[in-house]
Amino acid sequence: MIEVRLFATLREGRGKIQMLNASEFACAGDIIRHLDIPTEEVAILLINGFHQKPETPVKDGDIVALFPPVGGG
Amino acid sequence: MAGAYYEKIARINLTTGEIKIEKLDLDLAHKFIGGRGLGTKILYDEGVATVDPLSPENKLVYITGPMTGAAAPSTGRYMVVTKSPLTGMIASSNSGGIWGQKLKYAGWDALIVEGEAPEWCYLNIVDDKIELLDAREYVGVKSEEIDEKLKEKHGADASVLNIGPAGEKKVLLAAIMNDKDRAAGRSGVGAVMGSKKLKAIVVKTSRTKLDNIADIDALKAATKRSMDLIKANGVTGSGLRALGTAVLVNIINNVGSLPTRNWQESYYDQAEDISGEALAEKYLVRPSACARCPIACGRVVNINGKVAGGPEYEPLWAYGANCGNNDLNVIDECNMLCNEYGLDAIGTPCTIAAAMELYQRGAIKEEECAGVPLEWGSTKALIEWTKRMGDPETELDWLMSSGSARLCEHYGMPEISMSVKKQEMPAYDARGIQGIGITYATSNRGGCHVRGYMISPEVLGLPQQLDRTVIDEKAAWAKTFQDLTAVIDSMGHCLFTSFAMGAPEYTDLLNAATGTNWTVEQVLEIGDRIYNIERMFNKAAGMKPEDDRLPKRLLQEPIVNGPSKGMVSQLPLTLPQYYEARGWVNAFPTDETLKKLGLDECIGK
Repeated sequence: MIEVRLFATLREGRGKIQMLNASEFACAGDIIRHLDIPTEEVAILLINGFHQKPETPVKDGDIVALFPPVGGG
Repeated sequence: MAGAYYEKIARINLTTGEIKIEKLDLDLAHKFIGGRGLGTKILYDEGVATVDPLSPENKLVYITGPMTGAAAPSTGRYMVVTKSPLTGMIASSNSGGIWGQKLKYAGWDALIVEGEAPEWCYLNIVDDKIELLDAREYVGVKSEEIDEKLKEKHGADASVLNIGPAGEKKVLLAAIMNDKDRAAGRSGVGAVMGSKKLKAIVVKTSRTKLDNIADIDALKAATKRSMDLIKANGVTGSGLRALGTAVLVNIINNVGSLPTRNWQESYYDQAEDISGEALAEKYLVRPSACARCPIACGRVVNINGKVAGGPEYEPLWAYGANCGNNDLNVIDECNMLCNEYGLDAIGTPCTIAAAMELYQRGAIKEEECAGVPLEWGSTKALIEWTKRMGDPETELDWLMSSGSARLCEHYGMPEISMSVKKQEMPAYDARGIQGIGITYATSNRGGCHVRGYMISPEVLGLPQQLDRTVIDEKAAWAKTFQDLTAVIDSMGHCLFTSFAMGAPEYTDLLNAATGTNWTVEQVLEIGDRIYNIERMFNKAAGMKPEDDRLPKRLLQEPIVNGPSKGMVSQLPLTLPQYYEARGWVNAFPTDETLKKLGLDECIGK
């Protein structure tokens, strides 16, 4: 399984966490499309805590975290 | 009146009660812009670097920038510049609200307060009139309450800056508060105000806008370009309004860089409980904004039935993960206590975290804790020790209110203090995010993230995504961020505008408002000059090269948990690169660098 963590406005209608079957997704972008999130709404994409691009492959056991544009200080 | 400056500084000697009006040196103002830059230059020239910070010889400069109050994005900022009693070096604490704008509209570029009053007093400013009034009846009154009392007396249109009980007692973690919940929070500036027996500064003005802009049409055009960028940017256009800075809790935790239990760990299992998402869901009443700010990052929250200013990311982390506490309501309450007592809402909880580690290691004994043991996650300890630090009585109260460096030194464990130059570091682990460690180590005011916010490129991907784990080019990035930040702080804009705006936008705004004709490169050179005058102030104050450091934990103890497990800071590799980029040798500018920056007066010093 892949644990997908959603944050801030991306939670609306999708919840905080989704557990997805790894065999159905080749890359992080597939997950973003599956969740019906417009690509431009994902500002930060982490796989296991490190910044990655949508084309980065995903595998069983990965934690994918998605954030919209957010900042602070 | 020269563009965007009123060319007027009030010098208030509290020892004699004399109030003098001085003309602003316009050439100097253009060379250092205003705010942080000009304030530091004034103090450097007046020899403040070598004085005892809590003596009458120290001076407090309350200073606006040329853009403060201008019809441009997020211009509600002013600076308090002084010699810090916490670090013994330069302090320049920035605050928003509306007080700074009112001071500017009243016609003052800056107030320079010196000496020490014989009795507690406060300043009342109504446009060009300044009077010293008796404040003895307000001694011991907390910040919010005195704000209300002075508004009752001087009118609801007055804006009030003040110190709470912490500042009165010269607590080294004391902040200066304005407009109830805005703070010039860091470096103990409130203690300096307390040492002068100055309780408050009330400002009223009949002016409703900045009426001395050099080129109004050019400013309108530059403002429109900047506003378009701010609106179009996901962070400044909607993200900060929706969730405030608190949204960072989950992001920083997910990159394994949320310091936990005094930086012993870097991933907090219960971060969700103290996140911006949880704050919005459970306690948020509405967002709030400083004067002339379209971003509105502020939070108004409901705390046990009371509607008050809510916590930003830093106190959420510091009272939360860093103290092993996941009770969000208690964080709200402690943040409110910091505002009421007038305490730094970063330094105070970080010192409690250090004390909790000292307690964990047996250095602080239970019998010293006067009934409130410093156990990890104890909500009772967080509330009670915040109150005690805001109004100290016992020896341990006083030690803790002096910050973690002095506390840990006292117990013979200085390495437990997660501080730089005796000021506590903020909420990003420099082992997991390499560039921010350069900012921490070289910040002229000690442990601080807002002197070169490397989190922006290393985590948030603004203006472009850098790999947080590597050191390549980070020294040059840190220098550029530090220089641009010095410009923004000196102009009077909020630093958050820089999520959307870059050096060309600030240059256009500055030129339009002041009538200068700087290029982008020249404006960044002014930032470089400001960074160097701060460094020369610190050198005169006795700073040593070894003060540009990080705590041993970050260099020698790899992160123990979470995604960044195993990482340490590579500062020993990046620091020489940084010095080279700056034109510094052994932490200080060479004569050649000083000459290049037009700081000839510092050569040989």
